[in-house]
Amino acid sequence: MSDPYQALIVERHKHPLHAGRPAQFDAEGEGANPICGDKVHVYLRRAGMDVHYEAQGCAILSASADLMADAVAGKTAEQIAQLSRDFETLLTTGRENPALGGLNALAGLAAYSSRIRCATLPWSALAEALHHV
Amino acid sequence: MSATLRSFDVTVIREDFPILKQQVHGKPLVFLDSAASAQKPRAVIDAMRHVMEAQYANVHRGLHYMSEKTSDAFEAVRDKVAAFINAASRDEIVFTRNATESINLVAYTWGRTALRPGDAVAVSEMEHHANLVPWQMLRDAHGTDLRIIKITDAGEIDFDSLEQVFADGKVKLLAVTQMSNVLGSYTPVERLAKFAHERGAKILVDGCQAIVHRHVDVQAIGADFYAFSGHKLYGPTGIGVLYGKRELLEAMPPFMGGGEMIGHVTYEKSTWAKPPFRFEAGTPAIIETIGLGAAIDYVRGIGFEAIAAHEHELTEHALATLGNIEGVNIIGHAQDRGGVISFTMRHAHPHDIATLLDRQGIAVRAGHHCAEPLMGRMGVTGTARASFGMYTTPEEIDALAKGLLRIKQVFA
Repeated sequence: MSDPYQALIVERHKHPLHAGRPAQFDAEGEGANPICGDKVHVYLRRAGMDVHYEAQGCAILSASADLMADAVAGKTAEQIAQLSRDFETLLTTGRENPALGGLNALAGLAAYSSRIRCATLPWSALAEALHHV
Repeated sequence: MSATLRSFDVTVIREDFPILKQQVHGKPLVFLDSAASAQKPRAVIDAMRHVMEAQYANVHRGLHYMSEKTSDAFEAVRDKVAAFINAASRDEIVFTRNATESINLVAYTWGRTALRPGDAVAVSEMEHHANLVPWQMLRDAHGTDLRIIKITDAGEIDFDSLEQVFADGKVKLLAVTQMSNVLGSYTPVERLAKFAHERGAKILVDGCQAIVHRHVDVQAIGADFYAFSGHKLYGPTGIGVLYGKRELLEAMPPFMGGGEMIGHVTYEKSTWAKPPFRFEAGTPAIIETIGLGAAIDYVRGIGFEAIAAHEHELTEHALATLGNIEGVNIIGHAQDRGGVISFTMRHAHPHDIATLLDRQGIAVRAGHHCAEPLMGRMGVTGTARASFGMYTTPEEIDALAKGLLRIKQVFA
């Protein structure tokens, strides 16, 4: 079983590339987990699908949000929807998928079903933002 | 097992719990989540297996050998429970599914008949949801008031707040935990019972956590109701207990309708059985009840004096060891406290702590522990929690400390 806290996860949690509220954005969305109180707020700039976020929660949540922002940059809404489905498959099966790039670092969560929601929360928030675009 | 006290040796105790030999992720299991549910000794497992293999039928119904024998074994547990908590009578022991059901039973039956709209129920800030939500539901359905007694920052009942909550004489029930499942604090239940009674109120004690660690005497406490679950007391899930003073139970209407709880039934109407059967509709958890009996025998065989002494040492060791880790913040510092320790850690979310410890074979709980409002009160969104049982060793606490140091390195 792969480690759910691979170096990339810890690295992105500690030194995120896309964290923070941007000065300008076209849409926003929020994901909240009432079970643990964790929250993520996603900001979307439509041009180039540029995603930033503010996360309050665990390392899995913030790293997943940061890696999501990497993955969706420059993609179309349809491509993002496909990525989101592939990502969910990764989390339930633990089988890596080359199309997912850095998101594969989260494959180890397949052994922790209670933590999968931490990783999918940013994607729910992004889906909400896309809905408003 | 006889009730002769054994001299306490944790390595011998551990031999009684088969699951403790398991490995998790290739590491020895370090189980520090007993406050959620305790592991089961061989005596409980064997007793339950024995019922199913050699002595099983429905209870209180059959006129045949197996039913008679099973009814005897089942009812013998009622006597055991009565003796265990020193109830005045076996008829004061109602079997439920768990402590949650016990409290809901009181809220639904006693609450809707003995309380009038405008009367108040008081609970503390450190109640489990099981001793908060049923009273919110009663308030919404029946028009009673619900009041919250403050706790101090250390995690103890604030007696000034208690006085204020009771000041207008409307509180008719004090529903309070005997030991917080988050902070580990014991509450002075004898003093609280006296306080409530002097003001014309009854007291319900949530004994889920406390009954595992210290001897409980409901008459010495002065409890009107006392609730606990079997599964935290080294017994099976699916069996809980409600103790209620006889005169209170006798005045209460049934909780659920069905078989066993009736006196006489016609198509038009029914009369109710006497307590405790009035509150035990349907086929009970026969196997689990007998398992609970075995758990009580087991615990009494070890003895609370020995259990409490061992757990006191563990708690002192844990508070000192964890307290020494820079960045670890223990939540709650009650004077009278037991082996339930909640903590947070700088730079590490409780869920990350729990998952990373799990990788090392260490089981702790993380989150709000079914006490969400208490998290806000203590200024945290969640905590990690290590909780101990009679089988916990100081070495396991050292393993936890080592695990936390490794996590600290990961997130440093």
